[in-house]
Amino acid sequence: MTATTATSATAGAVPKRRLRDRLPVVHQLRQSVGLQRGMLVAGLVITGLFILTAIFAPLLAPYGFAQLRGEDGAFGSQQAPSAEHPFGTTVGGYDVLSRVIWGAQTALLVIIVAVIASIIAGVLLGLVSGYFGGWFDRVLVVVCDAIYAFPSLLLAIALSIMISGGQSSLWGGILAAALSITVVFIPQYFRVIRAETVRIKAEAYVESAKVLGASNGRIMFRHVLRNATRTLPLIFTLNSSEAILTLAGLGFLGFGIEPTAAAEWGYDLNKALSDVTSGIWWTSLYPGLAIVLAVLGITLVGESLNDLADPRLRGRRRVAQAAGQVAETSVVPGGTLSAGPGGLDGLENGESFDEHGIEVKR
Amino acid sequence: MRALLIIPTVFILVTVVFIVMRATGDPITAKLGDKLPPAQLAEAIHNAGYDRPWIVQYVEYLGQIFTGNFGTTGDNRPVVEILVTYGTATLELAFYALVVAFIVGIPLGMVAAYVRDRWGDAVLRVFAILCYATPVFFAGMLLKLVFSVWLGVLPVAGRASTGSELEMQFLPFSTGIYTIDAFLTGDPAVIGDVLRHAVLPAIALGLLTAGVFLRLVRTNVIGTLSTDYVDAARSRGVAERRLVTKHAYRPALIPIVTVIGLQIALLLGGAVLTETTFEWKGLGFMLAEFLKARDFAAVQGIVAMLAVIVALTNFVVDIIAALIDPRVRY
Repeated sequence: MTATTATSATAGAVPKRRLRDRLPVVHQLRQSVGLQRGMLVAGLVITGLFILTAIFAPLLAPYGFAQLRGEDGAFGSQQAPSAEHPFGTTVGGYDVLSRVIWGAQTALLVIIVAVIASIIAGVLLGLVSGYFGGWFDRVLVVVCDAIYAFPSLLLAIALSIMISGGQSSLWGGILAAALSITVVFIPQYFRVIRAETVRIKAEAYVESAKVLGASNGRIMFRHVLRNATRTLPLIFTLNSSEAILTLAGLGFLGFGIEPTAAAEWGYDLNKALSDVTSGIWWTSLYPGLAIVLAVLGITLVGESLNDLADPRLRGRRRVAQAAGQVAETSVVPGGTLSAGPGGLDGLENGESFDEHGIEVKR
Repeated sequence: MRALLIIPTVFILVTVVFIVMRATGDPITAKLGDKLPPAQLAEAIHNAGYDRPWIVQYVEYLGQIFTGNFGTTGDNRPVVEILVTYGTATLELAFYALVVAFIVGIPLGMVAAYVRDRWGDAVLRVFAILCYATPVFFAGMLLKLVFSVWLGVLPVAGRASTGSELEMQFLPFSTGIYTIDAFLTGDPAVIGDVLRHAVLPAIALGLLTAGVFLRLVRTNVIGTLSTDYVDAARSRGVAERRLVTKHAYRPALIPIVTVIGLQIALLLGGAVLTETTFEWKGLGFMLAEFLKARDFAAVQGIVAMLAVIVALTNFVVDIIAALIDPRVRY
């Protein structure tokens, strides 16, 4: 849903553009040039591989993630890479290649749960907070700024203790990790959506809707939200990569998912820590590379989207034209707090703003 | 105005930690729930005061924090003592990491801005993303594998070898910061040993921040390169390289000061992982140990304490930013 509405702010001009042009990534891919396009394409390819690996893990992996023995007996522990085990086996006797492949699935599930939950919560809070203003808004802004400044990994640790007591099954572990990450991310969505809402609230079309008697709910979701989601794909990609890193960090500290419940790269790296000292490289190299590649791919996409949205970094006329009109957005803490002194209440009594944004009394 | 904001910030963080840690139950059940019979468990909970209404506990907790008491660990050591004993190690690691980040990030960021939109720029930007995409513990393990195990040139783990630690213990006055202590002993072998131990952890943690600095410097230098005064200098025939190194980079550094504040949070989070990887006995290492021992009272104390430290650092950084940049006024 966010995908199609994301560019509607830039696509505002009639006639309506075709869906193909309005999909966020496709649009950016068409407007990118040269190196920028190269980075975007590379990112998309890596991300695509990651997603495909996650989906088809049961077909791709030679063994199960918790499988300890094959047809001819146990795999053995810390076996060097061989024909049967191309990436070797871990200290626990698991096949490294299989766990790397299954790990993609765990990571993808966590991203999906975490990012969707934080988008829903963050967007709703930001919308309501920015639209109505008042003390509720102020309190939320301070709370979110406080959480934003806090080391996210530490917060995630505290939360995962709370949710799972530190260890759990597949879905318990995935939910614990995902929800820990969710709380960390809510402030980011909240800030962006709130800033946009405060800006859009003062636009003429919102005022027109109000004059026509539209309800607050309708204005919020139809007029404000649809125009405030412009920056979401960008935060979405950046958060996805951060979610993988946080999950791996949690797993590395022993807060992950039990090895029999699912494969998790961070947990495997934790177990591989002592292997490194004795020169066993395959147990750490492959799960680590998997994390790096997944994060690299998603970040490349996010960075490219960011550059294409920022005229200062874009710097090419052809791209600037294709991007159309983009309004100023502030995600800086302590930015504009409220559009009108009286917030919405001040407006409903028949007050309005003139074209310079100065409040006009009845 | 800005100065007053620190009070609610600290208050909120402490409250969040309290709610999060208490929402599931008490630390005693979490630690001993499956080891003690129910009657004994209830008694232990009662003795610790965890069966009282949460609002009472909360007020008491706030009172404790206010007087600088962050609780005790499972074996009855005050959490503040942990900070005093192990905080210096984390401070030392964070300092070295920042040094690495500055040395690597700022010059490379300027180079990237100079060669912008060419392949050199793309290489540097991918490098910056790699710095971010590589978890510090994986970077640490790779560095260990190459430099300690295969090449054997740097130590595998720890802050110093046993001999050096012994020698530093005999100092009449010890700071707990090994670099300073090593210089106090005046023994070049000890100094070298301590520095050699710091190299790999500092690089592992520093590269994380270096990537952020690289991107920030690049973006800001490119931004200043298109300003009027740089255009004026360019029209006078100043070379492009000189524009970057003399004209554009100084204003581009101001945002870095602000970002360092946010980086402190990232560094502390990263320090937990780096310290675990290199057995660097600092706050993060202890936090991981307490986590493993399921000593959640200690974890709560350390997390709350770190929250206060982060808030205070951000506050100081804001003031420094205001002092450096005359346009910023609170």
